[in-house]
Amino acid sequence: MDSFEPKIVAFCCNWSSYSGADPAGTSGMQHAPNMRMIRVMCSGRVNPLFVIKALSIGADGVLVLGCHPGDCHYIEGNYKTMRRIPLLKKMLKQLGLEEERVRLEWVSSSEGGKLAELATSFTQSIRNLGPTRLSDLKQNSKEAKHG
Amino acid sequence: MAKLKVALYWAASCGGCEIATLAIGDKILKLAEVADIVFWPVGLDFKYADVEKMADKSVDVCLFNGAIRTSENEHMAKVLRAKSKIMIAYGSCAYEGCIPGLSNFYNRQLTFERAYVETPTTDNPKKIFPQTKVKVPEGELDLPEFYDTVKTLRQTVDVDYIVPGCPPEEKTTWLALEALISGKLPPKGTVISHEARALCYECPRTREEKKIKKFYRPYEKIPDPEKCLLEQGFLCYGVATRGGCGALCPQANMPCTGCYGPVEGVIDQGAHFLSALSSIIDSNDPEEIQRIIDDIPDPAGTFYRYSLPDSLLRRAKVK
Repeated sequence: MDSFEPKIVAFCCNWSSYSGADPAGTSGMQHAPNMRMIRVMCSGRVNPLFVIKALSIGADGVLVLGCHPGDCHYIEGNYKTMRRIPLLKKMLKQLGLEEERVRLEWVSSSEGGKLAELATSFTQSIRNLGPTRLSDLKQNSKEAKHG
Repeated sequence: MAKLKVALYWAASCGGCEIATLAIGDKILKLAEVADIVFWPVGLDFKYADVEKMADKSVDVCLFNGAIRTSENEHMAKVLRAKSKIMIAYGSCAYEGCIPGLSNFYNRQLTFERAYVETPTTDNPKKIFPQTKVKVPEGELDLPEFYDTVKTLRQTVDVDYIVPGCPPEEKTTWLALEALISGKLPPKGTVISHEARALCYECPRTREEKKIKKFYRPYEKIPDPEKCLLEQGFLCYGVATRGGCGALCPQANMPCTGCYGPVEGVIDQGAHFLSALSSIIDSNDPEEIQRIIDDIPDPAGTFYRYSLPDSLLRRAKVK
């Protein structure tokens, strides 16, 4: 298990967390390299399907990072995210997945430090949980309809 | 013109799809004029061996209902696929796994323990479970294997068309049969229904603004018969369900439960409904949102009622 390096997918809002990665980088902040960032225009664009798909094809943890409440570039996109993620987590728990594998955080474009800290702490918490191993569920189904 | 050769089969299903086939009423006479039924375990006495002897592609159409739960289901799906020119997943079980697919929340062992030990009406002190081989005086018999995971027909064999519904409505069945009889077939993979969009397009209820402070289960409140059920807080699945049935349940004052499957282009009906439903919760306060979500006791079972085997995850991870 020592060699287990979690794969983390982070859906980052263009206007906040994705821009927050720039100050983190230019100030040379150190963080765990496990996070794969996917830029979306708004955390409200993150259909729960994206999170489920990421987990089903090998992600061990998923971060959804948006603007702080009240700061959404599109006024209320992040409020939709605020409502979706708790219901998604409740459902994933019923499907046998630890709810800690999905985390919603608000990270503004000036919070490079918070982003770097999150990348490290979330990676560590997923490392403690171990791999999702969802691909094992499909081993008996040769035909993978959804790719 | 030679008569069409039609086979009908049921795998893991309740038998409702067989009734639905007959529900076309007097149109069945029209069907009998143009088609011969060559295999139909529920209605006619043909044996599996009779089907196995048929030449490949000698059956024009197979209407296959039921999910793939046992090795027998899988064997017959493969045999009928080989014998049939057109394979139709008929009904929600064959299409998405449906109610039998809910056992993907468990595995074989848990299902057996529940069914053969724990249920209050079961008396099985020796804990005898189904076996794949049994010795009888005449010799050893092979019995079908019960799989850990329920699969859909499409996950098992190549499928040409889908007729959705639990069970398919009469008019949906006839739409498919008419296409077959006339030879005017839609592109391969088509889900045959009168509506590719959401059920809401067919629903006569008045829609205003969707903002929900509290979710209700059907027994908790009598719905207003005119207003959108979702706007009243009922988990009406219409927004994420293909239309074509004519919105029968909402017209009987019951919320849609999603049996016609996802709308065109959606690959995971449960996630689609989850997304739509949670977005309309009327609160920006995380604690209040959590309280409103707590009104939904079983989100996974509700959102994947008909489609767990066809979902991205396909089954729950059982520890």
